[in-house]
Amino acid sequence: MKLTINHLSFSYSSSPILKGIDLALDLGEVLSIVGPNGSGKSTLLKCINRILKTKGNTVFVDGKDINKLNLKELSKIMGYVPQSSVSVFPFTVFDIVMMGRTPYIHWSPSEQDYEIVAETLDFLGLSDLAMRHFNELSGGEQQKVIIARALAQQPKILLLDEPTSNLDIKHQLEILCILKDLAQSKHCSIIVAMHDLNMASRFSDKMLMLKKGCIFAVGAPEKVLTEENIEAVYGIKAKVTKSIMGKPQVVPLEPISSKEVSEAPSKFALLT
Amino acid sequence: MTTNKNCNPKNFYEENKGKKIFVIFCLLVSLLVTAAVSVSLGAASPGFIEAVQVVLSKIFPFLGFDPGSKITQLIILEIRLPRVLLAIIAGAGLAASGATMQGVLRNPLVSSYILGISAAAGFGAALAIVLGIGFIAGVGWYLVIVNAYVFSWLAMVMVYGIARLRGITPETVILAGVAIGYLFSAALSLIQYVAPEYEAVRAVVFWLMGGLNRATWESIIILFPIVILTIFLMVLQAWNINVVSMGEDVATSLGVTPKRVLTITMVLETLATASIISFTGVIGFVCLISPHIARMLIGSDHRFLIPCSSLVGACLLLCSDTVGRLVLQPTEIPVGIVTSLLGVPFFLYILVSRRRRIWG
Repeated sequence: MKLTINHLSFSYSSSPILKGIDLALDLGEVLSIVGPNGSGKSTLLKCINRILKTKGNTVFVDGKDINKLNLKELSKIMGYVPQSSVSVFPFTVFDIVMMGRTPYIHWSPSEQDYEIVAETLDFLGLSDLAMRHFNELSGGEQQKVIIARALAQQPKILLLDEPTSNLDIKHQLEILCILKDLAQSKHCSIIVAMHDLNMASRFSDKMLMLKKGCIFAVGAPEKVLTEENIEAVYGIKAKVTKSIMGKPQVVPLEPISSKEVSEAPSKFALLT
Repeated sequence: MTTNKNCNPKNFYEENKGKKIFVIFCLLVSLLVTAAVSVSLGAASPGFIEAVQVVLSKIFPFLGFDPGSKITQLIILEIRLPRVLLAIIAGAGLAASGATMQGVLRNPLVSSYILGISAAAGFGAALAIVLGIGFIAGVGWYLVIVNAYVFSWLAMVMVYGIARLRGITPETVILAGVAIGYLFSAALSLIQYVAPEYEAVRAVVFWLMGGLNRATWESIIILFPIVILTIFLMVLQAWNINVVSMGEDVATSLGVTPKRVLTITMVLETLATASIISFTGVIGFVCLISPHIARMLIGSDHRFLIPCSSLVGACLLLCSDTVGRLVLQPTEIPVGIVTSLLGVPFFLYILVSRRRRIWG
């Protein structure tokens, strides 16, 4: 599905978090949102998924305003993978993935729901863990279970908030490959907030760089990941080369002290 | 069609579900047995077989069971049976509320009293007793019941109102509930402190300890439909409670409105708890511990947990009351005290003997 965002703004009480975000995403595209801590990545994802309500009509799916959909209809279109997941009470992996079927069931799952959950578990290689308790799994396994839950929703658009942040390199790769596969084989549009610029560069079709709640740069990784942009947004000196995969590769060199930054042209002023 | 690997998760799941239903069935059977034993035990006991026959002859008069003598009938049908039924109903209602609130508020320390209901009910009852109406036999106790009930709802409305100011979340509800609970506790202490008559204070303390000795058929007729209805409605919300227990953002992204689920369950919980404790006085421990025992038995899926918890609660309260009735004959130990004395060791035993981590 085609996702369009028109001039989205959001503020917590008085302090603005997001200012005038415009964005368009096509079927089967992977978009990564990058930016420093507090730049509004998570907030943007939550606004898109209406976990946080924005004023006015800003988010459109295939031209339809999501504020006109009820929560159940929206949850059949969009899946969300939060930054961290804890289960206070013990649930099995199967139970948790079955919760992804919530938009389709009222009180008890149907035969079809069982099939879909079993297929999803199989797709992510989690079948052997199905009856294990969620809290007993490793971080990487837990993250896959949560992704499985979002996939069980059969969403057209999948939103993920730093899905690889706490994982080892193998799990990071596995999860990003799964996402890429989803986009290509199931034409799922994927928006993923990330910290790792090189992973983002390798796996996304488009990147969105946020700085203090505004879009600083958007477009193909080559266009977004430039030495100037990284310096202006993150306040670090970096060297950008080409990786063996043909994508931009960022090598961070050193942080710029805030004093130097304040002397820079006002357009690049950051870090109060 | 699905995975044909070494294991099919769906079959495991079905098997698991069968086990849960079996556990619930076993609990139901043991509850019935306990009830039958409890009816037959006590002063002037007519014996197990005879007691069961008296009850059965009343339920199925056409089957020709021995109805027993007039005095046996009076003891069994008018004194023991209402008390046993009240224990079952109260235990089930409180335990189901506890399971529901722990799930919705995502907190294993929550009991159904988290909204300050017990303190408010205590205050309401104390007010009625101390102002003198409690001493007029007959009408007096009804006023105590009504007053406790009204103040329970007042507490719930206050908590809801305060939590709403900051957006209804588990944190705001718990904090507001604790605060309102302290407020009513203070007011209760004040009443006891300034009460002019020693007898009134004694009556208040006695009420606060909670007991099933005031059980009558009237209380059963009032409580039974309320408790059955609220448990049924809670079970209807069970899937939503599962989802909400995973966190608000997740629930929203799955199409469930957490605030709505929280509001519905708060109303149901107050309906059940306020009605029950208005008749029985404060019996707190059952609603905290029964959900934990039930969760250890069958896991956290609230579709099974709520019925299982209510059966555990019913068994626990019934056993406690029976023990409380018998050990110090002819005196009775209030059921609230016995529940904790029996329940804590039992709970600790299960907690220690289980390998699996139960919480978080």
